[in-house]
Amino acid sequence: MEKSKLSEEKGAPVISISGLHKSFGELEVLKGVDFNLFKGENVAVLGKSGSGKSVLIKIIASLLKPDQGEVVVLGKHPDKLLGQELNALRLRIGFSFQSSALYDSMNVYENLSFPLTMNTKHLTRKEIDNSVAEALDAVGLGDKTAQLPADLSGGQRKRIGIARTLILKPEIMLYDEPTSGLDPVTSAEINQLINEVQQRYNTSSIIITHDLTCAKSTANRVAMLLDGKFTKSGKFEEVFKSDDAQIRGFFNYNFIQ
Amino acid sequence: MNSKTKTYVISKNIDQHLVGISNAYQFTARFFKEVFKPPFHFREIVHQSFEIGLKSLALITVTGFIIGIVFTKQSRPSLEDFGATSWLPSLIGIAIVRALGPLVTALICAGKVGSSIGAELSSMKVTEQIEAMEVSAINPFKYLVVTRVIATTLTIPVLSLYCICVGLFGSYINVHAEEATGIISFFKNAFTAISFLDLFSSLAKSIVFGFTIGVVGCYKGFNATQGTRGVGKAANQAVVLAMFLVFLEEIIIVQVSNWIRYF
Ligand SMILES: Nc1ncnc2c1ncn2[C@@H]1O[C@H](COP(=O)(O)OP(=O)(O)OP(=O)(O)O)[C@@H](O)[C@H]1O
Ligand SMILES: [Mg+2]
Repeated sequence: MEKSKLSEEKGAPVISISGLHKSFGELEVLKGVDFNLFKGENVAVLGKSGSGKSVLIKIIASLLKPDQGEVVVLGKHPDKLLGQELNALRLRIGFSFQSSALYDSMNVYENLSFPLTMNTKHLTRKEIDNSVAEALDAVGLGDKTAQLPADLSGGQRKRIGIARTLILKPEIMLYDEPTSGLDPVTSAEINQLINEVQQRYNTSSIIITHDLTCAKSTANRVAMLLDGKFTKSGKFEEVFKSDDAQIRGFFNYNFIQ
Repeated sequence: MNSKTKTYVISKNIDQHLVGISNAYQFTARFFKEVFKPPFHFREIVHQSFEIGLKSLALITVTGFIIGIVFTKQSRPSLEDFGATSWLPSLIGIAIVRALGPLVTALICAGKVGSSIGAELSSMKVTEQIEAMEVSAINPFKYLVVTRVIATTLTIPVLSLYCICVGLFGSYINVHAEEATGIISFFKNAFTAISFLDLFSSLAKSIVFGFTIGVVGCYKGFNATQGTRGVGKAANQAVVLAMFLVFLEEIIIVQVSNWIRYF
């Protein structure tokens, strides 16, 4: 009852997944995932390494095809789209990669302007400059335009990666482990950035992480991916009140260490 | 025959090779499907062509020049036995235009260009840069593969022509030093021996070589796996496979142009 009331308040989901299965050869990674993401919310997806978190968002962005189940993103089925239609959908989704995935032959300015110039015709130099400046400003790295990715720190690379997705003004953001491998201070800055992006660009986001601090400070809701399914979903405190051994293990590891 | 009995597993290894061949075939077919569709990325093609030219120019100059000299020096004694040293320019002309120029250029480019395309694309693959293009609605096959294959297909024939010129010049230096032949009579002799068919098959050959080097480098890079280890592997395999195919194509094209010659 309560849940349906909640969804009513939030309106129709921007991402709706039901009965999603995905295997690689013998390895069954996702075994019936059901998941909704509502407009304007940040959901943290938690789960062990290798549990299929990255696979899940790659299916949402149509980088991988599902074996079974339905995936609806902004009213479209990404696995059934091709060519122009798929591109149009992808432009509405921002994907921040686990490895940042900056183009290492291009400097920061070119990394940001590349998706823009490739997707919009007849932009003037000034319009491109402005968009790049705005995106860099949003991640607080306005002075780094001429640097190559190799000369940036891990945290700066993550931010530039996020800026590169913001430049296309996405409605949905998918963050793949935005804080992995970063020190606590830089992690906190990234968490703050994720919240700022949510407010400034009015995005709905999925944040994949195994960093509970990140989940706690960025997410309106967390969901646990265990054994290829979402076992538990709700407010951070609700989920971690659970007695489930695997969930407890996750919690204890993060906060006792 | 029953359709269910279609899968003969001879051995896993042979199976994998067959899958590899079919994938490579599909990759090449995809190139032809996408090459005529806009957007064309002209700037990237020009950029890649310059990269290829710059990367291999020095090596081709040195190698072409040395081959010209050495081949001339080595051929002289045999011709001297028949008192036919005046045939030297024609012999060298035929050898360099028909065979050595395109082949040497292709081998150098397989080493320098093929490996660097393989390494570049595979490192983009394993660091998710290719997927990053896809999610920002850029077709990585068009932007990375089509541009590079066009660039190698256009640039390697030009480099072959350059290699031929440098090789002939090297040969002229040697002939001039030994027999005091003038430059005009050297090149006149060299070129009278060369037919239009020679030039044409030489050009066709280097176009095919260029295409092969581009496709193989891109194919190996685009399909790299296994993280950073895959990068070295892709670069290495790109060179080995490209060289093998270049030799194979050389044999086939020589055969075909000889048939044409005698008909
Ligand atoms: N393209 C692929 N081909 C084969 N197997 C894959 C592929 N992508 C993922 N896998 C496998 O699927 C499983 C889940 O991978 P995934 O990257 O989603 O894990 P993850 O939950 O994101 O882990 P991490 O926290 O380490 O990033 C892994 O066992 C992985 O080996
Ligand atoms: Mg992952």
